[in-house]
Amino acid sequence: MDTATAQAPAITGTKHVKFRIWRQEGPDGQGHFDEFRVPYRPGANVISCLMEIQRNPVTIDGKQVAPIIWDAACLEEVCGSCAMNINGRVRMACSALIDKVIGEGEAIITLEPMKKFPVTRDLAVDRSRMFEALKRVKGWIPVDGTHNLGPGPRQSPKEQSTMYVLSTCITCGSCVEACPQVTLENNFIGAAAISQARLFNMNPTGRMNSEERVRGIMGPGGIQDCGKAQNCVKVCPKEIPLTTSIAVMNREVTKQVVKDIFFSMGDDNQSTGGPG
Amino acid sequence: MAAAARFTVVGGGLAGLMTTIKLAEAGHQVDILSLVPVKRSHSVCAQGGINGAVNTKGEGDHPDIHVKDTLRGGDFLAEQVSVKGMCYAAPGIIYLLDRMGVTFNRTPEGLLDFRRFGGTLHHRTAFAGATTGQQLLYALDEQVRRWEAEGRVTKYEYWEWLGMVKDGSGRCIGSAAMDLRTNEIRTLPAEAVCLATGGPGIVFGRSTNSIINTGTAAGRAFMEGALYANGEFIQVHPTSIPGEDKLRLMSESVRGEGGRVWVPKTKGDTRPPQAIPESERWYFLEERYPKYKNLVPRDVATREIFQVCREMGMGLGGQDAVYLDVTHIPAKTLDAKLKGVMEIYEKFVGDDPRNVPMKIFPGMHYSMGGLYVNFERGPNDEPLAGSPVNQSTNIPGLYAAGEADYAYHGANRLGANSLLSCIYGGMIGGPAMVAFAKNQAKSAADADNQKYFAEAKKFWEERFSGIKAMQGKENPFQLAKELGDVMTENCTVVRYNDRLKKAVERIREFKDRWKNVNALDTSTVANRHISYVNQLWNMFELAEVIAKSALLRDECRGAHYKPDFKLPEPKSKDPREDAEWMEKWRERNEKWAKLSIAKHNPEGPDISYEDLPTPVLEPEPRWYA
Ligand SMILES: Cc1cc2nc3c(=O)[nH]c(=O)nc-3n(C[C@H](O)[C@H](O)[C@H](O)COP(=O)(O)OP(=O)(O)OC[C@H]3O[C@@H](n4cnc5c(N)ncnc54)[C@H](O)[C@@H]3O)c2cc1C
Ligand code: SF4
Ligand code: FES
Repeated sequence: MDTATAQAPAITGTKHVKFRIWRQEGPDGQGHFDEFRVPYRPGANVISCLMEIQRNPVTIDGKQVAPIIWDAACLEEVCGSCAMNINGRVRMACSALIDKVIGEGEAIITLEPMKKFPVTRDLAVDRSRMFEALKRVKGWIPVDGTHNLGPGPRQSPKEQSTMYVLSTCITCGSCVEACPQVTLENNFIGAAAISQARLFNMNPTGRMNSEERVRGIMGPGGIQDCGKAQNCVKVCPKEIPLTTSIAVMNREVTKQVVKDIFFSMGDDNQSTGGPG
Repeated sequence: MAAAARFTVVGGGLAGLMTTIKLAEAGHQVDILSLVPVKRSHSVCAQGGINGAVNTKGEGDHPDIHVKDTLRGGDFLAEQVSVKGMCYAAPGIIYLLDRMGVTFNRTPEGLLDFRRFGGTLHHRTAFAGATTGQQLLYALDEQVRRWEAEGRVTKYEYWEWLGMVKDGSGRCIGSAAMDLRTNEIRTLPAEAVCLATGGPGIVFGRSTNSIINTGTAAGRAFMEGALYANGEFIQVHPTSIPGEDKLRLMSESVRGEGGRVWVPKTKGDTRPPQAIPESERWYFLEERYPKYKNLVPRDVATREIFQVCREMGMGLGGQDAVYLDVTHIPAKTLDAKLKGVMEIYEKFVGDDPRNVPMKIFPGMHYSMGGLYVNFERGPNDEPLAGSPVNQSTNIPGLYAAGEADYAYHGANRLGANSLLSCIYGGMIGGPAMVAFAKNQAKSAADADNQKYFAEAKKFWEERFSGIKAMQGKENPFQLAKELGDVMTENCTVVRYNDRLKKAVERIREFKDRWKNVNALDTSTVANRHISYVNQLWNMFELAEVIAKSALLRDECRGAHYKPDFKLPEPKSKDPREDAEWMEKWRERNEKWAKLSIAKHNPEGPDISYEDLPTPVLEPEPRWYA
């Protein structure tokens, strides 16, 4: 860090950007930082710099190292691959323009993997928990089949626009990374999946199975573990109204709980107090 | 075949997922392989929409018109039977996606909305904002997850398909694959394998494609005997934003919603675009194509922009750029219909396109060519339902679908037809694989076949330990960059034989230099660099097919444009009225309205030509003026 601050004044006119990148060999491995200097180019982003390092994987001290392993595919913030901690804040590396990142006052760009997911290697992590959570909430419309059954139900443009926003979730994991309730060890389902449950419960066909989804977010690791820190909504690159989704689903869960109590009382009545 | 047989689908884009759904729905087990979690496949990038002649706008649209637009758009080099089947299936496919919960834009009455796209005069494109591919991919991903939860589908995400396993008769009985996290190599028996592995955009270095689109699987299948057709037909999209790491697409839907392309009338005009009055702007596409205006097919628009910038020097500030202007469209409309792309421009360029015209230039986008596949012609000249021939490659048991196959788009793809062809290919490919398996006397998993799997495993283990030991001077990523430069320079918009000849030579040199590569990484976990070195070779294979096929085709057709072999301009506006010209056109067509077929040869691909049956529509001159 000291060296970094020493270089700070030079940044505006620099021809180079300095990167400090976390290296880790596999999930259990210890890690360390490697430092690289990358020629500055206007319009560059964190991924284009990582690519530059690939073409010349030599550290600042002149050591030849293996190029960095990271996840990326689309490079336009739609595939959700490249979430990582950039200067301590989770964000998408492909849309993290260097000018913006260094404009925030850091003279040097630090890249670390997300911490709420097991590391595969270097900056790449295993986000299986995100996809498992989608199974848990049964995040799909149970169509009868793929044969031709004519058009789906009509929907108003207004409903469409609400659902559309929810359905732009790229499963990047940023919301889970930023959530204080999530740890590597626990199984808190996270904001993304809760919001997906809301999406499918809004769909006219999906609504028919809403109870299954509501139950999916109840129980251990479910919605009641949300501590309302509201970090998720702040970091979501797609600006999905996650806290609204959580509030909506909380109400559905409450309704379900009340219903369950009511019905179990009904059952009790039948089994014990009936006239029979 | 057992009632529930095991199949492999390689690729989790739209084509792979639809194939998987069809197989699972029929009661079979599916192993689906993908380099990345399937939800992150390149299909997620598609912006503009998906075509289907649903005709909800009172324009008299019809699947037949869709067929005609597609075949003309492809300059009569698309496989006609499959195109007809696709266009007729399109409305049903859009309805199916609607039922799966795709958040398509709606009309006030609650019906699906449609917009215009290039190469047609109808509103035929269903869309979900400007992230249609994302929404479609998610819908299919969700259905596959449902099958996964039911135990019918096993996902192998972060697994790379390496090559086929064949039995003694040459039938494909499965695959070899590598886990990109552990580098474990495994073989997967399958009654049939489908390659739905997408396009080869990264062979061109920077393109509008995702960086995983190296075409490696098609390249390897080609080396293993699969034929590759129409490789020379590469679509360069007229409107992308050049970037350091990629060329970001500005969807054709921007023009579909009214976006206009222009440059200042005065060369070197340095005023900001807003300060240039209407009368001093040159809307060159509108002027030259009064009927289709900004929505001419992509190859046409791309060449015009190229000509304006490169030949006339009229590009913005003398550079490779023209304006794509939506500032006249209300911001509210832009947000409802194009938000996804507006945001991409804002995020990566920094200007708000709602207020400032975008600066764009053509960028490599799509490969019309791909693995050669067959179809069985049924009644009505559509693919025969349930035939094992549909989507089959020349290798028994190997199928291909999606951008990886050659069939649907001919010499130039129409916008919003690719998502459709991917899904349709999966819909007929899945059942075809089942039909194939039913006809086989022996299961791929038969104990007798063990030796072939053992051999394949050994082959790939040795191949990768060999690669890991490579300590030469060449950096593979640098080599890939050079390849990209050569391909972009010589095999895109305008092509010349002398340059193409050099490009082929350069590719041969790259192949030599590959032998002197440094694998850069000796780690035994998640070593993706050894995977990349292997992929790089396969990229060279496809590059050579593309360049050599382009070199040998001495004509202009769709995206393949050679000024030295251009027909003269016809004397009449409608070329059919110029008898002399028609004679020349017929002569050319006679010679070249053929598929180019590449067959692997270590000395360089052998290219031959195959006649293309035209049961649906006789070729005619293609003009849009
Ligand atoms: C920016 C952009 C916008 C577009 N917009 C539109 C549009 O609006 N409308 C339209 O119709 N078309 C559009 N297209 C084209 C269209 O998106 C693609 O052609 C289409 O999505 C390809 O789908 P696919 O299923 O064939 O392959 P992909 O979606 O590319 O999927 C390929 C799959 O194969 C896997 N794979 C590849 N190699 C291997 C291997 N060796 N081992 C294991 N897995 C492998 C990948 O992991 C991935 O899952 C657009 C294209 C781009 C680039
Ligand atoms: S909700 Fe937002 S932050 Fe969370 S996974 Fe989806 S896109 Fe990422
Ligand atoms: S690479 Fe796809 S979101 Fe960044």
